[in-house]
Amino acid sequence: MELSGAEILWECLTREGVEVVFGYPGGANMPIYDAMLMYPVHHVLVRHEQGAAHMADGYARASGRVGVAMATSGPGATNLVTGIATAMMDSSPVVFITGQVAAHLIGGDAFQETDVTGITLPITKHNYLVTRADEIAEVVREAFYIARSGRPGPVLIDICKNAQIEKTEFVYPEEVRLPGYQPPSHAPKADLQKAVELIGRAKRPVILCGHGVVMSGAEEVLQHFAVKTHTPVTSTLLGLGAFPASHPLSLGMMGMHGEAHCNLAIQNADLLLAFGMRFDDRVTGTLTTYAPGAKKVHIEIDPSEVHKNVKVDLPLVGDLKTVLTDLVPLVDEYEHDDWLDQIAGWKAEGEARSIMAWPDDGKLYVSHLIHDLWSATGGGAIVTTDVGQHQMWTAQYYALDKPNRWITSGGAGTMGFGLPSAIGAWFAHPDDEIWTVAGDGGFQMTAAELSTAVQEGANVKIAIMNNNFLGMVRQWQEFFFEKRYSGVNMTTPDFVKLAEAHGVPARLVTAPEEVQEAIAWARNTPGPVVIEFKVEKEEAVYPMVPAGAALDQMLRRPVRS
Amino acid sequence: MQYTFIALVENKPGVLNRVASLFRRRNFNIESLAVGRTEKPEVSRMTIVTDCANDVDAHKIEANLYKLVNVIDVQDVSRQPSVTRDLALIKVRATAEQRAEVNNLAAIFRARIVDVAPDSVIVEATGTEDKIEGMVELLRPIGIIEMVRTGQVAMTRGEHSGIRRTAGANGWREVELEEIGV
Ligand SMILES: Cc1ncc(C[n+]2csc(CCOP(=O)(O)OP(=O)(O)O)c2C)c(N)n1
Repeated sequence: MELSGAEILWECLTREGVEVVFGYPGGANMPIYDAMLMYPVHHVLVRHEQGAAHMADGYARASGRVGVAMATSGPGATNLVTGIATAMMDSSPVVFITGQVAAHLIGGDAFQETDVTGITLPITKHNYLVTRADEIAEVVREAFYIARSGRPGPVLIDICKNAQIEKTEFVYPEEVRLPGYQPPSHAPKADLQKAVELIGRAKRPVILCGHGVVMSGAEEVLQHFAVKTHTPVTSTLLGLGAFPASHPLSLGMMGMHGEAHCNLAIQNADLLLAFGMRFDDRVTGTLTTYAPGAKKVHIEIDPSEVHKNVKVDLPLVGDLKTVLTDLVPLVDEYEHDDWLDQIAGWKAEGEARSIMAWPDDGKLYVSHLIHDLWSATGGGAIVTTDVGQHQMWTAQYYALDKPNRWITSGGAGTMGFGLPSAIGAWFAHPDDEIWTVAGDGGFQMTAAELSTAVQEGANVKIAIMNNNFLGMVRQWQEFFFEKRYSGVNMTTPDFVKLAEAHGVPARLVTAPEEVQEAIAWARNTPGPVVIEFKVEKEEAVYPMVPAGAALDQMLRRPVRS
Repeated sequence: MQYTFIALVENKPGVLNRVASLFRRRNFNIESLAVGRTEKPEVSRMTIVTDCANDVDAHKIEANLYKLVNVIDVQDVSRQPSVTRDLALIKVRATAEQRAEVNNLAAIFRARIVDVAPDSVIVEATGTEDKIEGMVELLRPIGIIEMVRTGQVAMTRGEHSGIRRTAGANGWREVELEEIGV
């Protein structure tokens, strides 16, 4: 059957199971938008293409499926760039589809022509420039396969306008042929045996649980492994939720704003089992002093991550779930009570310093109200965040027991991610409770998507932590620039009125005693809701490993007497 | 130390750009890069010469090359028995009287004179990098007007193949950990 390129695109998208796309139309993708009307796909009209990228990303992370975002050529496509880089850094499977000027105009600086495949080459897992209609079916098939397999990541398809219009025979490719792309699955037997030996010799082992655990669906087998070998588990920012926070072997988050006992455990370990994580500088501190006494075993699907930052003793390249499933029957049962006691001692010391131990002093602390949110929702909500102090406090105090419910921009640290990713997550799980926690700065970066939330009736609860500062930068200026505040003071709009102008019910909370009631009100109000919390202006996130310091050289919260 | 890689890549538009962009982005240094067709029309072959501190760096280059969807196979032939060749065209200032001298030098290096003009000649030389360097040094005093070199191409001898360090990659064979320097 002869179909236009645009129709072929939609045929292929529906065959991939795509039910929702996030996008924005323009001159170079109008044939795609026209053909869309014939297909059972829901289109979400965003207010800025960056929003579309983050929504598709949030959808992908919440659903475990491939998200789709669309834009026109030129400025439409370049507006996606921040969102593409965000998805790339966090290995999120998103397919981006951009319109491009007609093939015969390429290279001539035509109206809204931009070299989008050139711009996105280093921030995509792969990308395509499509100049003919008969390439589309194969390219779309490949793009989805590449996006979701191996180490997932964003794939961009730039489709020339003539290719959207031309008619050609539609043949759906039955299989993907990519001779240069064969993601690994099992690790070699001999290496598994070496891992078994290292695990057998360890007295102070620690599991580092990364985003790869979530991506490969290894959370169950990870639990078997941890319990069988009696090994405590600490998570990266993106690994949170992959191992239940309520599990006795769970330590919590490691790294720059990780819990002190986690960082101390890593630095004192004799074996690190790094599962689907990449030793980012935010979790290692200075490399020269990182876990000096530990043998390091790295299970990782991307061979280029092996020895990249930390030279490991034993790399096992493969799919984490597959490798762990192979490994669990080979390891013996162990008991590490002494080690766990030692860690518990560090933990108790940390708890004495914790802000959670402070009595109510009438001030509104983000950490306290995140804890209240956690209590009110039974820890069961899908939580997305923006980037900054509130993100770290949410990571620390919204303790998660399940994967795919914690959505935050880790590798890129993209402000503006919170609200759109929550809207995307809502499309994945419309019946679940969804909260986004944002700072006053980051919220304003993509606040226009409030209007999208209203148009779609997205049931997302928006908590804005207003400290009238770019809090995280202010904290660095306080600690490392002798409190010379520069460019961090922010006048904010009346967020309640802003929300109401969009038709979103909203409330202002200024005191601790109003918190629980406001959260309850938000939960009982259908559709999008905004709560603006006027929080302590100059609070700091603790602990903190200063840039360039060893992981256990943390700035700790002073003990309050 | 100089490392030489052979990469088989899909013969598609933009692949060279992907490889070059990768080297730039990861801050690896390309000494020379030669691309050409192979016995299979759908496959191109690159010989990439780079400067790496050690085998761990070489592993990084290999592993990152594999991340490119269009890269089919990568081998490190730096320390394997192999034939490596570079081709140079060197235009030398030479009057009628100097031609004999250039001719003699060329003969020593089994190079050929492929063009003669009233006051210059073009010498074509093929060989290892060292050999060509050696000849260039001797021609320099006579007067080199311009020079072009293809960069190295390489092929392993007989049944030998290069080292593939990247676990999990295509065509990977198990190598002992000691071999990759850990
Ligand atoms: C797009 C972007 N620009 C700049 C930054 C640098 N940055 C990191 S955190 C931060 C402050 C965020 O302030 P706010 O949104 O108010 O949140 P808070 O830290 O106060 O919780 C800034 C500017 C960033 N991460 N992303």
